[in-house]
Amino acid sequence: MKVNRTWVRTALPLAVVGAVVLGACSGGSPSGSGSAASAGTGSGLSADLLGAGATFPDPVYQEWIGGFVGTEPGVNITYEPIGSGGGVEQFIAQSTDFGGSDAFMKDDEITAAEQARGCSVLHIPTVFGAVAVAYNLSGVEGLTLNSDTLVKIFLGGITKWNDPAIAALNPGASLPDEDVIVAHRSDGSGTTSIFTTYLDHESADWSSQVGKGKEVSWPVGVGGQGNDGVSAAIAQNDGGIGYVELSYAIENGLSVASMVNADGNAIEPTLESTAAAADGITIPDDLRFNILDVGGDGYPIAGATWILAYTCGYDAAKADALKAFLTWSLENGDSIAESLLYAPIGDSLQARSLANVARINEGG
Amino acid sequence: MLSGAAVLVVLGLMIGSTTLDSLPVFFSQGISFLTGTNWDPGASRTEITGTYQAWVFIYGTLVTSLIAIVIALPVAVGIALFLTEVAGHRLARPLIYMVELLAAVPSVIYGLWGLHFFAPVILKPPANAVSDALGFIPIFAGPVISFNFFFAGVVLAIMIIPIITALVREVFTAVPDTDRQAGFALGATRWEVMRSIVVPRSRPGIIGATMLGLGRALGETIAVALLIGGGTAINFSIFQQGETIAAKIVNTFQESTPEGIDALIALGVTLFAMTIVINVAARLIVRRLGDVSGEAVA
Amino acid sequence: MTTAHMPLRLTTGSGRRRARFSRFMTGVMAVAVLLALIPLLLIIGVTVAKGLPALNWEFLTSTFNHSRREAGGGYLHGLVGTLYMGGLAALMSIPMGIGAAIFLTEFPRHRLSGPVRFFSDVMTGVPSVFVGLFVYTILVRQIGFGTFVGALSLAIIMLPIVVRSSEEVLRLVPGELKRASYALGATQWQTVFGVALPTAAPGLITGSMLAVARALGETAPLVLTALAAQSVVIDFQGGGQTALPLLIFREARGAFEAGQQRAWAGALELMMLVLLLTVLARLVGRQSRYRG
Repeated sequence: MKVNRTWVRTALPLAVVGAVVLGACSGGSPSGSGSAASAGTGSGLSADLLGAGATFPDPVYQEWIGGFVGTEPGVNITYEPIGSGGGVEQFIAQSTDFGGSDAFMKDDEITAAEQARGCSVLHIPTVFGAVAVAYNLSGVEGLTLNSDTLVKIFLGGITKWNDPAIAALNPGASLPDEDVIVAHRSDGSGTTSIFTTYLDHESADWSSQVGKGKEVSWPVGVGGQGNDGVSAAIAQNDGGIGYVELSYAIENGLSVASMVNADGNAIEPTLESTAAAADGITIPDDLRFNILDVGGDGYPIAGATWILAYTCGYDAAKADALKAFLTWSLENGDSIAESLLYAPIGDSLQARSLANVARINEGG
Repeated sequence: MLSGAAVLVVLGLMIGSTTLDSLPVFFSQGISFLTGTNWDPGASRTEITGTYQAWVFIYGTLVTSLIAIVIALPVAVGIALFLTEVAGHRLARPLIYMVELLAAVPSVIYGLWGLHFFAPVILKPPANAVSDALGFIPIFAGPVISFNFFFAGVVLAIMIIPIITALVREVFTAVPDTDRQAGFALGATRWEVMRSIVVPRSRPGIIGATMLGLGRALGETIAVALLIGGGTAINFSIFQQGETIAAKIVNTFQESTPEGIDALIALGVTLFAMTIVINVAARLIVRRLGDVSGEAVA
Repeated sequence: MTTAHMPLRLTTGSGRRRARFSRFMTGVMAVAVLLALIPLLLIIGVTVAKGLPALNWEFLTSTFNHSRREAGGGYLHGLVGTLYMGGLAALMSIPMGIGAAIFLTEFPRHRLSGPVRFFSDVMTGVPSVFVGLFVYTILVRQIGFGTFVGALSLAIIMLPIVVRSSEEVLRLVPGELKRASYALGATQWQTVFGVALPTAAPGLITGSMLAVARALGETAPLVLTALAAQSVVIDFQGGGQTALPLLIFREARGAFEAGQQRAWAGALELMMLVLLLTVLARLVGRQSRYRG
C-alpha cells in the first residue's frame, strides 16, 4: 500500500542525518576542529569539566581551553558565558565544577556556597581586563571623558552628544547634535560591577541614586545580554555608548573613549594601561580586591576576574584536570591573554593564585 | 483510560506547583507586584528580601501584543476573506498551505531574522520617518532604538497571522452559501456580501480567533526577547525598548538567586493567568455564540 | 440558529461604482495576502542566503571551536541534542497523546471526557516558557539540568497538540467500519487496535510529526531545563545539554560576526529540519483521507 512509500520518505532523511551524526560522533573528538594540536597525548588525564560565568574573560578562557585540551585530549572543558551573576549562582547551586566572575563573591554568597558544599571557596585571579567605554559616533575619534560626564550620561542628565560638558573635555572634536543612546547590561554582570564600583567610588550622586553591584537599577538605557549584547546594542545604534570589556570593543570595531584618571591624565584603554592600573595595589589574603584610584599611566576602569573553585567535593579525576588546566593557563596563557588585550596578573599575584589552585580539593 | 487523566494531572501539577512556589513572593509584595515598577532582586537564599514589582513587564507584554493584534487582525481577516470569497479552490489551496508554513517556522528563527534583517533593513526606515514626522506625539517619540516595542510587535504580528487566519477562515466557510446567494440575488456586489453578510455573521468567531491570537502573542518568548531590548523602565514611545514577562524570565533565569527564581515563577504564573483567561474566554465565546451553522468551531 | 434579519446594506451609488469599489476591496484583500506571503519568502530567502555560505561540512560535523571571534566550528552538539531530546519527547508524548485521544473518542460520555478535551485545548495555549519553569521547579532543582528534563518539557508541550489532532483524526474513522467490526464479534479494544488505529494511521502520523516539528523549534523551555553544552552530550541526565535553537539564540545576540554567521547557518539547518518534517507530515496526511 501507499504507506510503504511514505515510510521510506520519512525514514530516508532521518537515516541520512543519523549516519552523519554517528559518523561524526565516533570519528571526532568532542573538542572540535581547528587549532587544537592533535598530537598531544598529555599525561592521560580524563574528565569532563563544566564551568560557567562571566562573559568578560570569555574570549581568553575559550582560547586557554583550546590550548590546554590540545595538550590533554582526554579532558573536556565547557565554559559557558552566562554572566558573572549566573556564574556565582550556578557555582553556589553546585551545578558547575567551577565558576567565573569579575565580581568577587560577597560574604553572604561565600557563606551560602560553603554551606552548600561543606568546605571553603577559593578565589583564583586569572587576568586583568579593562572596562572600555565604547561608543558609536561617526566622525568622532578619540573621545575623552571623565567620571563626572560618565555619571551624567548614565544617569540621563546628558542626552545629546554636543552637550557642553562633553565639549569641554573634547575641544577639537565636532560633536553632532545627536541623542545619546545608553547601553547597559540586562543580566547580572561582573563587568557592571567593575564599572559601577568605579562610578560609585568617584561620585556621590551615583552612589546615592544607583549604587554598585552586578545588577543595578539603571535610570536610562537599552539592556543587552552579556558583553556581546551590549556591544551589539552600541554597534546598532548611532550615538550609542556603553561599557564593555576591551576586547569586545576592539573586535567589533567600536571606538573607545580615553578616561581621565586620578592624576588627571586622559588614558586610553590598552594592554599597557591595564597592566599599569594594577601596579602597586595591595591585595589581601583571600585575593578579593577592587582596582580604584588609579593614577599615573593607568586606565581607571579596570578589574580582575576570578575563577571560583572549592577545596573539596571533586572526584579525583576532575580535581586533577581542573588543577592542571588552571596551572597551565596561569603559566602558559600570558601570550594568549595579551593578544586579546588582557593584562596578565604579574609574577607575585600569579604565585599566590597558583597557591590557591593547589588547594583545590585539598579536603578531598 | 489513564492517558486521558494524565493530561489533567500534568496540567494540574503545572498550575499547582508553580503557584505554590510563587505564593511567598505574592504575599510579600501584595498588590504592588502588579502595579509597581521597581524590580530589584534580593540575594537571600531563604527568604524574600528583594522588591519585585512587575508592571514594567506586564506593560511591555500588553503593548507588544496590542501592536501585534492591531496589525495582524485586519491582515488575517483580509486574507481569510480573500481565500474564502474570492480565490477559487485551485488558487486557495497553495495559498493556505503557504500561510500555514509561516506558523511552522520556529520562533528563534523569527527572532534572528527580525533582529539582523527585517528590523534594520525593512522596518527601521519607516520607523525613522514616522518618528521624525510625528515625534511630538509621545508614542512616536524618537530616537528609534534598534530594539523596541514596534519591531517586536510587527514580528509578533507575522507570527500570529496564521492562527487567526485559519480560525477566521473556518468561521467564514461555515456561513451557509444560501445566505451569500441571497445577497447576490438581490444585486449586491461581492464586497457588499462580505461586509453585510459574511463578516457580521462571523463576528463571534472573529473575536474568538483574535483572542486566541492574542493569547499566543502574550506567551511568545524568544522572538520578542531578541527584539525588545531589555528595558527596566516604562517607555511610552513604541520606538524604544521595553521588556515582556516571558523575555524577562528567559533573560534573567540563569543568574537568579533562589528567591529571584521564585519571583520569576511568580511572573510566570501571572503570565499564565493572563493567557488562560484569554484562551478560555475565547473558546467559550466561539463555542457558545459562534454557532453559525450549528457546529462548534475549532 | 436564526437566519438573522440583517438589513442588506448596499453601498449607495450606481451599480458600476459599487462594482468598482468591490473590485478595489478585493484588491485590498489581495494585498493582505501578499503581506503574509512576502515575509514568508523573505524569511526563507534571507535564511538561505545568509546561512548557506556558512553551512558546510565542518559546520554540520564539528562542535564549538573554542573561539568566539573566529569562524569555524559548528553546531553538531546542537543537532545531536535536538534530535536526542526530540526523540525522547516523542516517545513520551505520542503514545500517551494517542491514548488520551482514543479515550476521548471511545468513551465520549465519560465524566472525564469533557474536562480532558477542554483542558487539552487550553494547554495548547500555555506559554512554553511557563512549561520550562514548571519542569524546573519540580525536577531540575532535584536532579539538575540535562537531556531528560529538556525532553520532558518538550513532551509536555507536544502532548496537547497530539491529543487534539489525534482525536480529530480518530473521529473521522467511519462509523460503518467500526460497526462492521463489532458485527463480526470483535471487542472494543480489538476494534480500536485492529480497525480504528490502522485506518487513522496516516492522520495520526501527520499530527505527531507536526507536534515533533513544533517541539524541535522550541527554545524557551530548554533555556530553563537543558541549560547549555559546548560539545556533544549523550548523557541521559545530570549535565548540560544543548539544542540547535539554543545555540542560535545565544549567538544571535552576540556581536561577533563569526558567531552571527554560525547562527544563520544553524537557523538554516533548523529550518530545513522543521520544514522537512512539516512537509513530510502533510504528504503522509494526504495518503488517506476520509471525509465524514
